[in-house]
Amino acid sequence: MTLKSLLLAVGLILAGGAVLAEGELSTLRPTAPIDQEAEAEPIPDVINSDMRQVRNYPDQPPLIPHKIDNYQIDLDANKCLTCHSRTAVEMSQAPMISVTHFMNREGQTLATVSPRRYFCTQCHVVQHDVKPLVVNNFVDVDSVLDFVRGQQGGGE
Amino acid sequence: MIRILRRFLHVIRQPATHYSLGFLTIGGFIMGIIFWGGFNTALEVTNTEKFCISCHEMRNNVYEELKPTIHYTNRSGVRATCPDCHVPHDWTDKIARKMQASKEVWGKIFGTINTREKFLDKRIELAQHEWARLEANDSLECRNCHSAESMDITRQSTRAAEAHERFLFTGQKTCINCHKGIAHHLPDLSKAELSPRPSLLPQAGVDGDREAIARYVEATP
Repeated sequence: MTLKSLLLAVGLILAGGAVLAEGELSTLRPTAPIDQEAEAEPIPDVINSDMRQVRNYPDQPPLIPHKIDNYQIDLDANKCLTCHSRTAVEMSQAPMISVTHFMNREGQTLATVSPRRYFCTQCHVVQHDVKPLVVNNFVDVDSVLDFVRGQQGGGE
Repeated sequence: MIRILRRFLHVIRQPATHYSLGFLTIGGFIMGIIFWGGFNTALEVTNTEKFCISCHEMRNNVYEELKPTIHYTNRSGVRATCPDCHVPHDWTDKIARKMQASKEVWGKIFGTINTREKFLDKRIELAQHEWARLEANDSLECRNCHSAESMDITRQSTRAAEAHERFLFTGQKTCINCHKGIAHHLPDLSKAELSPRPSLLPQAGVDGDREAIARYVEATP
């Protein structure tokens, strides 16, 4: 490391510290003074409504509308497939994992679940009953289309 | 040998000559209490979690797996210990189970599962024994605490309520059919000898290609 870059790094750290000290920046973490222990937020409940939620875009992995505490997903067993596997849905009446889960990266459909789609919680997550930490301006594509149509209609 | 046996038979058929009837009856009664009490006390000692986890096979494998589950830690602090689920509560059934369990003493002496590797290799067999036992006795140990009559399905999630209504209340299935692997990890189920394979069993090595998944895990950073 050259002297120049070292000086730059030190400068940046000092600058960052100064900004934080003035309280101009707030992070998602509670900004309790470092010598005090902040009170932890209560752990929110997982939404366990069993109601399927809308997907914000067509290829969004569907959210899990139920608790998955202690679900075992490893080489030995996959608790999710207890209900969501091809053969189990008749009994469980749960939605079957989609055909994309049987495809390998070449797009070829296999007989069993493709390894890259086997670990459910890499894409599918539960939701907690909490307020969003940051404001989100996401708009559903339908509203975008409506907006565009409105613009076009207005222009004619 | 036969001579000794014959002599014993001869002696035991004679009336007692030196001891009074009172000594023999009262003495027999007192000794009976001591033996019976001692037997039951010893039985109860082997029926505690402390006794189970005094062996490292239980403490380091299955007990560690139990700890994060709801049967060990939960909101109300009521918990199940090893014998609550693995030993019947009624006396005759309990003795029958204890006699079966004498095989476990053999296993302990000869170190059948005295390493983690041995245990993992053997656990599908052990698990299947327990599943078969609970299926045969209609999940008796579960029902010692969880009674279908006292189950208020309006307090359950829709999913659970529907499943219980369809399968439990109609007697189609018993607890263990669906609730496998709730207190301990599930073993490698591709090795399970279940035929026909019950559809409500988590099937990893069955629904996915176990070797391919293992290669995938290895290749993924």
